[in-house]
Amino acid sequence: MMLTTYVFKDIIRNKTLIAYTVLLAAISFGLFSFDANPEKAVLGLLNILLLVVPLVSIIYSSIYYYNSLEFIELVLAQPVARKKLFFGLYFGSGLALSLAFLIGCALPILLFARDMTGFTLIISGILITWVFNSLAFLAAVISRDKARGIGMSLLFWFYFTFIYDALVLMILFSFSDYPIERGILTLTFLNPIDLIRIILLMQLDASALMSFTGAVFSTFLSSGKGLTFCILALILWSVLPALLAVRTFVRKDI
Amino acid sequence: MIVCEQLSKRYKKQLALDGLDLGFDMGQTVALVGPNGSGKSTFMKLALGFIRPTSGSIRVLDEDPQGGGHFKYAIGYMPQAFHCPPNLTVRSLFALMTDLRKAKKETCDTTLFERFEIDRFYNKPLGALSGGMKQKVNAALAFYFNPKIYILDEPTAGLDPFASEVLKEKIGVERAAGKLIIISSHIFSDLDVLATDVLYLIDGKLQFYKNVEMLMQETGTNNLGKAFAHVIANHKETV
Repeated sequence: MMLTTYVFKDIIRNKTLIAYTVLLAAISFGLFSFDANPEKAVLGLLNILLLVVPLVSIIYSSIYYYNSLEFIELVLAQPVARKKLFFGLYFGSGLALSLAFLIGCALPILLFARDMTGFTLIISGILITWVFNSLAFLAAVISRDKARGIGMSLLFWFYFTFIYDALVLMILFSFSDYPIERGILTLTFLNPIDLIRIILLMQLDASALMSFTGAVFSTFLSSGKGLTFCILALILWSVLPALLAVRTFVRKDI
Repeated sequence: MIVCEQLSKRYKKQLALDGLDLGFDMGQTVALVGPNGSGKSTFMKLALGFIRPTSGSIRVLDEDPQGGGHFKYAIGYMPQAFHCPPNLTVRSLFALMTDLRKAKKETCDTTLFERFEIDRFYNKPLGALSGGMKQKVNAALAFYFNPKIYILDEPTAGLDPFASEVLKEKIGVERAAGKLIIISSHIFSDLDVLATDVLYLIDGKLQFYKNVEMLMQETGTNNLGKAFAHVIANHKETV
């Protein structure tokens, strides 16, 4: 916990993170002031949430890990358990990224669109930040080489943003004669970005913009039970990679 | 205090350390000598538990470095590359380390801190320090918590000649206090005055581990640089 405080203190003064906050704020305020209808602005923000937030979170955190390698050595020479050190870095960067999102996106939303949809958007933004923070640490801990680790982070993002949907689309088309709805539903839970998309589009009632995975099951998922499942799945998506990463970190050669 | 048995470390392709069998006791100042990539840093990393031995074992203060890490209260480590969170101030870094060690400020050894005049850049962020200033912070931190064992990786690299002398003087004081000091350095003249023993590694293999006086007697020289020139010349003849 103590280590987190110091890491957090360091990161919130980081120029990249400040730039990220300013960027988010500029986009949010821009969207809300250009469009009289806050619903439309929220839809615009949704795209930011699905593309920019995961991308920045995963790249920032993995670069942060690699830049901290010497600091990690210094701290490991002190009487500190590796687990503690890992979570110090993990929570430090996760909290700083969340704060950037809160200032850049949540603040304008609270000012202009204080409704259920806006609220869902904020929760989703925080969740997706943590999911990709975890994936970033996993990628960084697995690969020794900085370029490879950051490449793996990019690949995670690319996969969940683009490739995954294409794969699901392919499955849908090739098995369109069979009743595979239940299978597709399961597949949705395997992609955190899809989950966010579904949660928000259920709120926005804009099913035309849904991804293919989402469109199939809008009815099931728009029930209250569906929402709870989605959020639980997202929490799992942030916890599991982090646990896997800490397991690797505790055993690895620094 | 540090005991290795058949200690080996293999990275994917290369054997970084090959069956090291030796022990270090309190009061020794051991100079780790060898060309780049000879296993000096690997040895230090093994002693600090950063990496695991591929085979064999190492124990520090009767503890497995991979274990709970209690022995690290007794270790002062100066890493070769000292890069810290750039937006933390020097003050915060000292506060963090003091917290991590649950140390009391009054009991800390401030000799180097004062002689390097670290309070002059105490409130500066670490990213704004010059290389020499960073190395001063690095040294002051390693000596701050009264450790029993020092592990110093190229301690004088990057220091100006004055600071370098201050540091050597301090190492001398700690040596006289009966601490175990392990130094790696490429600068023989630094090791000359400090080392009691020399450990010579090439390609992860122990060439010799000798008392400095004995080494000088054997080679008929009066300083380490000449002694090593002699050793290397002889080595070539025998090969």
